[in-house]
Amino acid sequence: MLYSEKVMDHLAHPRNVGQLENANAVGEVGNMKCGDIMKIYLDIDENEVIQDVKFQTFGCGAAVATSSMATEMIKGKTVEEAMKLTNAAVAEALDGLPPVKMHCSVLAEEAVKSALEDYYKRQGKNPADYMPVSSGHEEVCCHSEQE
Amino acid sequence: MFVYADNAATTQIAPQVLEAMLPYWKEQYGNPSTLYRLGRESKIAMEKARSQVAQVVGAREEEIFFTGSGTESDNMALKGVLYGPAAKGKKGLITTKVEHHAILHTAQALEKEGFQVTFLDVNSQGLVDLEQLEQAIGPDTALVSIMAANNEVGTIQPIAEIGALCRRHGVLFHTDAVQAFGHMPIDVNEMNIDLLSLSAHKINGPKGAGALYIRKGLSLRPVIEGGGQERNRRSGTENVAGIVGLGAAAQLAYETMEEESARLKKLAQKLTEGVLRIPETILTGHPTQRLPGACSFAVGAVEGESLVLYLDMEGVCASTGSACSTGSLDPSHVLMAIGLSHETAHGSLRLTLGRFNTEKDVDVILEKLPQVVDKLRAMSPVWNRK
Repeated sequence: MLYSEKVMDHLAHPRNVGQLENANAVGEVGNMKCGDIMKIYLDIDENEVIQDVKFQTFGCGAAVATSSMATEMIKGKTVEEAMKLTNAAVAEALDGLPPVKMHCSVLAEEAVKSALEDYYKRQGKNPADYMPVSSGHEEVCCHSEQE
Repeated sequence: MFVYADNAATTQIAPQVLEAMLPYWKEQYGNPSTLYRLGRESKIAMEKARSQVAQVVGAREEEIFFTGSGTESDNMALKGVLYGPAAKGKKGLITTKVEHHAILHTAQALEKEGFQVTFLDVNSQGLVDLEQLEQAIGPDTALVSIMAANNEVGTIQPIAEIGALCRRHGVLFHTDAVQAFGHMPIDVNEMNIDLLSLSAHKINGPKGAGALYIRKGLSLRPVIEGGGQERNRRSGTENVAGIVGLGAAAQLAYETMEEESARLKKLAQKLTEGVLRIPETILTGHPTQRLPGACSFAVGAVEGESLVLYLDMEGVCASTGSACSTGSLDPSHVLMAIGLSHETAHGSLRLTLGRFNTEKDVDVILEKLPQVVDKLRAMSPVWNRK
């Protein structure tokens, strides 16, 4: 199993690590049993532009790198644009992930979606009106068949 | 700064081992099965290696059979016994849940073929229960295969007691001694061991060379058929340079075992004490009954693969049995068998010291590891919660 140079770079120098005091949207996905948890903080302005983003991740190299890359990809984007972030796009931006690590990229996508869901709730809106159906990281992580 | 602390994975070749091998990659290229001097010299070198390996475990030269790896030796032992006359028609195999995959997967394959396989539990320190073993032995048991020392947590099994028990019940005893060979005293006669697997690259020898000790008189079916090398037990032109390297490494391990083991124990103790000062860190495996250089831990609120990758950035080579490192979604079978929760096993860290490690290396690890753990915990959403 080999990680790309980009994965290693994001692991060595994760972007946007930490917490946001003034976050107006927070999302957390994963669990300790699976071995990866990602928490994401968003500061979204009145024009629905993501002004700032921070993350905290417990997990393997791929989990940290995809978290870092996902935050880079949504920073400065609108909520609507961020909603379109897919795990495949995150993995591609990292020059790919080893096949056994693809499920880690789902975590990043889910974390972003979870934060956006929180944003809509705080705005008094029904997230379901704005969001595609979630694919569910837990299913990918803990209950899938081993090869 | 570079510290290699993964000697259970493999070891650096000792200079004298490399020196011993070099001629057999250059001018001494003769096939040991040939009649002329060049070939005879290869044969002589190989037989010297055989006696060098034999002396480490108190075996006779003719009881050592060279193979290509510890894995091959394990396959040869299990399949060779169960398929062959040595099993006397019995179809039962008893092993443990903490064996190396070379045994575990071979046993599972045999199970699929219709052999009866029992996988014994171990306690939280990684030890098998002798009573459970005795109860598992039945009239159809042909072979018991229990590792001498575990590759992940370093726990040493009571192989002398196991050997005595097997002898009393008239069943054969194989031990996978790949981690233990050359690192701790083993005597196949005193310990009633009928078959023993070993490998060169764990004792500062080359990769691609191993051996199986087979007690005289035992008839195994060969796994590899061919030109009849190794007295028909393992065909294929011998890896002469590798075998010479195995012999030289065995000689070195034999001559230095006592002092080296004492030195490593001291280093490992310092390392263990230092690592355990990191909050929420536990030792895994047996507290005392473990290989001299083997240290294994579970570090809370960090994930093992990240830990290993960050240690690598600091120049420290370590390993982990966390789920994310195994290529599957579960932590290592050993960590599960000793009863760790998934949560704890995710933080698994193995540091194994060897011949070329110094106290300076231990100091470097003890400087770098807490920094790396702090960095990961600072990044972790679960640590802040505590």
